[in-house]
Amino acid sequence: MSHVWVWLEQFQGKIPSIVWETMGVARRLADVLGTGVTAVWIGGAIANQAEEAIAMGADIVQVVEHPALADFRFEPYLAVMTHLAKEGTPQAILIGSTARGRELAGGLAAELGTATLVDALEVSIEDGRIVVIRPIYEGKLFARTYVERSPAIVTIRGRAFPKPDPDPGRKGEIRRVSIELDPLAFPTEVLEWIQETEGEISLNEARIVVGGGRGVGGPEGFEPLRELARALGAALGATRAVVDAGWIPYKYQVGQTGKTISPDLYIACGISGAIQHLSGLRGVKVIVAINKDPEAPIFKVARYGVVDDLFKIVPALTAELRRRGLAKG
Amino acid sequence: MHIVVPIKQTPDTTAVLTVDASGRISWGDAPLIVNPWDEFAIEESLRLKEKFGGKVTVITLGPESAKEALKQAVAMGCDEAILLHDPAFEGSDAVVTATILAAAIRKLGAVDLVFMGKESVDGNSAQVPPALARRLGWPLLAYVGKIREIDPAGRTIVVERILEEGRQVVRAPLPAVLSAMQMNEPRYPSFMGIRKAARMQIPVWTAVDLGLAPEQVGAAASAARWPVVFAPPKQEVQCEFIQGESPEEIARLLVDRLLAEKVL
Ligand SMILES: Cc1cc2nc3c(=O)[nH]c(=O)nc-3n(C[C@H](O)[C@H](O)[C@H](O)COP(=O)(O)OP(=O)(O)OC[C@H]3O[C@@H](n4cnc5c(N)ncnc54)[C@H](O)[C@@H]3O)c2cc1C
Ligand SMILES: Nc1ncnc2c1ncn2[C@@H]1O[C@H](COP(=O)(O)O)[C@@H](O)[C@H]1O
Repeated sequence: MSHVWVWLEQFQGKIPSIVWETMGVARRLADVLGTGVTAVWIGGAIANQAEEAIAMGADIVQVVEHPALADFRFEPYLAVMTHLAKEGTPQAILIGSTARGRELAGGLAAELGTATLVDALEVSIEDGRIVVIRPIYEGKLFARTYVERSPAIVTIRGRAFPKPDPDPGRKGEIRRVSIELDPLAFPTEVLEWIQETEGEISLNEARIVVGGGRGVGGPEGFEPLRELARALGAALGATRAVVDAGWIPYKYQVGQTGKTISPDLYIACGISGAIQHLSGLRGVKVIVAINKDPEAPIFKVARYGVVDDLFKIVPALTAELRRRGLAKG
Repeated sequence: MHIVVPIKQTPDTTAVLTVDASGRISWGDAPLIVNPWDEFAIEESLRLKEKFGGKVTVITLGPESAKEALKQAVAMGCDEAILLHDPAFEGSDAVVTATILAAAIRKLGAVDLVFMGKESVDGNSAQVPPALARRLGWPLLAYVGKIREIDPAGRTIVVERILEEGRQVVRAPLPAVLSAMQMNEPRYPSFMGIRKAARMQIPVWTAVDLGLAPEQVGAAASAARWPVVFAPPKQEVQCEFIQGESPEEIARLLVDRLLAEKVL
């Protein structure tokens, strides 16, 4: 029976956690369907990623190496994926719901004449068919969806599924596939990378996020939040109001026109809780709100609230974590 | 330069949504708006027009009432607007929407750039831009945070794409398909623009106009199915307010709670 496929997204050789979460879903589906998992690695040169994929649950790893594939570019990656899918007839292709993942998924759906189910929160098999529950309207509603044709293309929401534990004893097969690629057929060119997350915990993968809003008062008002984030091993987040004010760069923005995050804990400091901010907090388990205004809407979604000045509470929180030996940095 | 901006009319993001027993979604009397991401694309296209000359055409696939969204774009400064409407289009998924948009863009003739929103705030899929790029056979530059340069004579564009790890700077030949992140402050409609929009007769193109057969469009051609839409289980969070004599005491009580929740 045809396999469930997983795309091994990588950045400079490193595979992000969302890919392994996706692998966990693929493994579960394949076991229910009585089939296997094929992982696809596309890149400039492979090191030990294929073995890693097998340890994480793949039965077969297809490896496509080519200098033209060193950096992610939509067109050549899509050409490789389309070629492989036409040869291998997967029953589903699972992809992490990242920026690259969603582009690739959309391209594949168009090339293979099928459809994508984006941002799966739940994936199950019903009557032999893959059924996905996904948020729509910024998470205000859910839809139960499936694809009428094969393969179903599904992107998996980050931090919605557990990352499997690696099993170094698992056996699998590594298949090197050579594909003729005419570099001239893909005229887009990556000129440079401006890496912005070096040494920082990424908002997408963070277990804890400390968010700051207009209540921080100015660019320097983020300092106590940064201190707290360091102590917690947390990522920093922000509202659009402070991004628009130029207090902090756009990459920190959480919300409808920023990032969607799903940490276990979100500490909102000086944030009113506008609906466009809350729609970026779809999967958060526990929200703590620190706000001077007891009527602020953020308290309607918060599990714990502190009605006080953030400049008093945030440093006290950092000090308390240090005092109890809970602080990371 | 001729820039085409495909826009979608969506419910206001602050609307309260309900689903009835038959699965119909309602947003009460909340207004319909231009998808906020598409406003970034409109604004950026108008700036390019101001710099390089040319025109901006907005198109939408939707019901007759979606003309209101097109008028909003014209009032902001777009030059032409076209509604793609046909009962046969109903139920089109992202790929089929892209097929229809591609046919309309080809019919428009010489186009240098298609500028879309990153995603729609109702469908939340971000699938139409990549699918449209494939249907047109043009390069895709999705998640654009900044246009660095355009060389209309050399027919190239350089943009910064915002990805998880940072910004990828990419050069591509024109024509190309772009999708916009939050990259500017969209302008308000001008008085002149509103007058122009009010008078404008917006052409409606049907499947026949686009040379598309009934089986190529609508629900029949679409592979995605979503038979059930429902309101997510209400997470009744009761906020527990932490009070204390001093910030130190509040911090201590809060850390106790967070340890008990196992989120630290
Ligand atoms: C189309 C569209 C898209 C949008 N997208 C986003 C988005 O992606 N993300 C986003 O965040 N917003 C977004 N917004 C904006 C959103 O509507 C709000 O304007 C914004 O979230 C408000 O930010 P804020 O909470 O920082 O500011 P405010 O609403 O001004 O709130 C500041 C809060 O700080 C409190 N405060 C002040 N001083 C202190 C102090 N010393 N200690 C404690 N509390 C204090 C105040 O009581 C107040 O509640 C969008 C809006 C639109 C129309
Ligand atoms: N019905 C439509 N008509 C015109 N453009 C659309 C339509 N649906 C989506 N788009 C465009 O595709 C982008 C992404 O939408 P989506 O793929 O639905 O998330 C939007 O921001 C629009 O630019």
